[in-house]
Amino acid sequence: MPEKKSDIMDKIADANKSVVTGIDEKDIEHWITISILGRKYQVPAGLTIMQAMEFAGYRFIRSCGCRAGFCGACATVYRLEGDYRLRTAMACQTRVEDGMYLTQIPFTPAEKAKYDITKLTPGIEALLHNYPEILRCLGCNACTKACPQDIDVMEYIAAGKRGDVEKMAEISFDCIQCGLCAIRCPAELAQYNYAQLARRLYGRYGTPKPEHLKNRVKEIGQDKFKDDFDKLLSGNEDELRKMYTSRDIEKA
Amino acid sequence: MAELKFIGGYPEYMRKLIDVVNKTRQQRKDYTPKAMTMQERDEVLKVHPDYAPGGKRVISIGPNKGDTAPNEVADLLEAYPLIEGNEVDVTKPDYSVDLLIIGGGLAGTTAAVWAVDKGVAKDTILLVNKLRHGDANSIMAEGGTQAADRENDSPARHFLDALGGGHFTNKPDVLRALVEDAPLIMDWLCDLGAMIDREDDGGFVEKAGGGTSRRRMHACKDYTGLEELRVIKDEFRNLEIPYLEYYPVIEFLTDGNRVTGAVLYNLETGDYKIVQAEATILATGGFGRLHVRGFPTTNHYGATCDGVVLAYRVGAKLRDTDTVQYHPTGAAYPQQIIGLLLTEKLRSMGAQPVNKNGEAFVFPLEPRDVEAASFIRECYVNEKGVITPTGMRGIWLDTPMIELKNGEGTIEKSFPGMFRMFNRFDLDIRKDPVLVFPTLHYQNGGVETDPWGKTNIDGLWVAGEVSGGVHGKNRLMGNSTLDCLVFGRRSGISVAEYLKSNPKHGKLTLDHLKSYTQMLKDAGVNTTRKAPILLPDYRGKAILARMIDVF
Ligand SMILES: Cc1cc2nc3c(=O)[nH]c(=O)nc-3n(C[C@H](O)[C@H](O)[C@H](O)COP(=O)(O)OP(=O)(O)OC[C@H]3O[C@@H](n4cnc5c(N)ncnc54)[C@H](O)[C@@H]3O)c2cc1C
Ligand code: SF4
Ligand code: SF4
Ligand code: FES
Repeated sequence: MPEKKSDIMDKIADANKSVVTGIDEKDIEHWITISILGRKYQVPAGLTIMQAMEFAGYRFIRSCGCRAGFCGACATVYRLEGDYRLRTAMACQTRVEDGMYLTQIPFTPAEKAKYDITKLTPGIEALLHNYPEILRCLGCNACTKACPQDIDVMEYIAAGKRGDVEKMAEISFDCIQCGLCAIRCPAELAQYNYAQLARRLYGRYGTPKPEHLKNRVKEIGQDKFKDDFDKLLSGNEDELRKMYTSRDIEKA
Repeated sequence: MAELKFIGGYPEYMRKLIDVVNKTRQQRKDYTPKAMTMQERDEVLKVHPDYAPGGKRVISIGPNKGDTAPNEVADLLEAYPLIEGNEVDVTKPDYSVDLLIIGGGLAGTTAAVWAVDKGVAKDTILLVNKLRHGDANSIMAEGGTQAADRENDSPARHFLDALGGGHFTNKPDVLRALVEDAPLIMDWLCDLGAMIDREDDGGFVEKAGGGTSRRRMHACKDYTGLEELRVIKDEFRNLEIPYLEYYPVIEFLTDGNRVTGAVLYNLETGDYKIVQAEATILATGGFGRLHVRGFPTTNHYGATCDGVVLAYRVGAKLRDTDTVQYHPTGAAYPQQIIGLLLTEKLRSMGAQPVNKNGEAFVFPLEPRDVEAASFIRECYVNEKGVITPTGMRGIWLDTPMIELKNGEGTIEKSFPGMFRMFNRFDLDIRKDPVLVFPTLHYQNGGVETDPWGKTNIDGLWVAGEVSGGVHGKNRLMGNSTLDCLVFGRRSGISVAEYLKSNPKHGKLTLDHLKSYTQMLKDAGVNTTRKAPILLPDYRGKAILARMIDVF
């Protein structure tokens, strides 16, 4: 059977081809020069660091996970020509700039404590017991400057030193555990692991389970919805459709 | 071409179009287009990629012979294995375990933790990952997880919503497990210490999602998957369960009937390892990186359909392979983030889809397929989309409406991830709408299971996005992270139960490849295609043209 075609689908595929099949240099008008691990490449302007590296011929194994700023796999450090500053970025979320020279940090060695969350009490003891080194923080702010999520890392470490688990949890919430703060820390801390502990402590002990959840769990234990399900599972499709279309909808 | 002049991240001509949207915002504030009737839905679905002509074919071999699937999926099912068999020695296992888990997203990691909870010794488990543990679709879930735990809601209602959303094709017993376990999963997440959004009175913040009749979406700001996965992964690490990274499974091993282990491939050094296992849980996630019909995707780098391919080769039955979920709101601008997700929760909180004339043209919370199709129609049939400098078309998602309706500051508070992503490219979603177009999001179908994750193949359990049935032909928002948590847990428990009967390790062979290859030949599948593909390839065309194979 010859395949039927859809003009609309063809048009959509054509509009998307650079992100789907790799970039064709014929389509590019503006170019810049970057250097990857010390070697120069001409790449299209306007790509992310990740896309530019792929354009240059790198096929990622490490340093590429979600491609969307959530997983922290693509930690990158770079400088710009003529600028002394060492900068940090997520390769999938940062546009390449002319004169950028970069390398990636696919893995950060960092100690993680093993603990049983049910046996801890939120506060300074839990943090100090698992991560006594937290007191070594010098307050230099290098971590905060390095954080691609714009988290005030130094501030959450300071909160941790005071045993303020709630503050530490809240400030650190957007952490994607990329490790860039740890790499920059002169006190050799692994900040993001401490923040993970703080968030779990706060989640478990600082925000008690809602009553409505406890009630529902109890009801399920008592098989309260059995009759409803019996009805749903024995209904034929017409009946189910009727029930579906006539169900009331709560205002968003 | 003259250099484009940019104002606030947008070229001048787009800036003018944004003014049109700004002008109509106030009058749209209290207006929402009516939800479509069933007939209207059917009509618009004709331009949905699942229903538009072409793009699919009939699977020619195996347990689902005769079913249809997207060409990109059929291509992988009708492909030859990466290994033939004689180049690897499968008889000497490098790892001999009770439980092998493949893929460490929410489903796989949850399965491991629950297996230990139910008595499986940690040292007898091995979790293998293609990328890092956690580089997964799970970590990207933004919007939330459904659970019917409010008083005016019930699991039965959740069931009905999911059934209608799935066009009444969901597997009922599996769906029941999903909705009835949901509150238990929330309870477990609280025990672990996940930070789920709370109201001032301590109750959960719960929002509506497309197709839900009650507010039951639980979120952790717009980092729901990140929070869920990092907490469960932390627990996994505390339990000291063994795991490997950059070691994808490239083939199962069987004793002729039962799955008895797997072949791992070291992505960096190229050597293989043999795992022998009494039970295997497959949790490899979805297939967004196949770019079905040329669509961009929201999915992570490793979402390449491996699990379905591997399971099919050992005879596992698939379901609902004919539908794919496109999320209505993928980023269409700027170029750097095309296809990335803008969570449905933006619409739950008031962001309106608007065409280039500044008109609200569709009810914002239709089921995903209907909403996506209506965007495609607006752009390609009604010609009321906005064309970007790279030739993509899109419609506006009017995010400033969120602030207008819920007060200033709402976006930074509720959508820090979204706000940050656009901000990195100089766009301010509090002030300007964002351009969106449907993007490939979710593998609706997959390997069929019973309510405990068991497949028709002995020794093989399946959990998460790689499975099929629970969502039928279309999944509702917030039911997928839930699916991973519920069936990750259930498969872990079920395997623990199974292991109590002291099953013996089976023989390790690749015999199933011989019969699969024979089937391909008999069906006349004449191709050099190989699968699983493991990773997509985005290298520049000019470079690829000059590659040589030296060592
Ligand atoms: C951007 C985005 C937003 C989403 N938002 C929501 C939401 O708000 N609510 C919701 O409910 N759902 C949402 N989803 C869907 C949901 O997150 C996923 O469907 C779900 O998390 C999948 O989990 P999983 O464990 O099955 O697979 P994944 O999380 O993808 O994990 C699978 C793992 O297996 C690995 N793997 C793959 N192949 C192999 C192999 N051959 N060998 C070894 N390992 C392998 C992968 O690398 C990956 O690490 C979203 C999805 C995306 C992409
Ligand atoms: S706090 Fe550290 S690990 Fe977390 S995102 Fe910032 S730099 Fe990365
Ligand atoms: S980099 Fe280290 S020492 Fe400096 S402020 Fe941060 S945690 Fe403290
Ligand atoms: S690849 Fe995940 S943050 Fe960049």
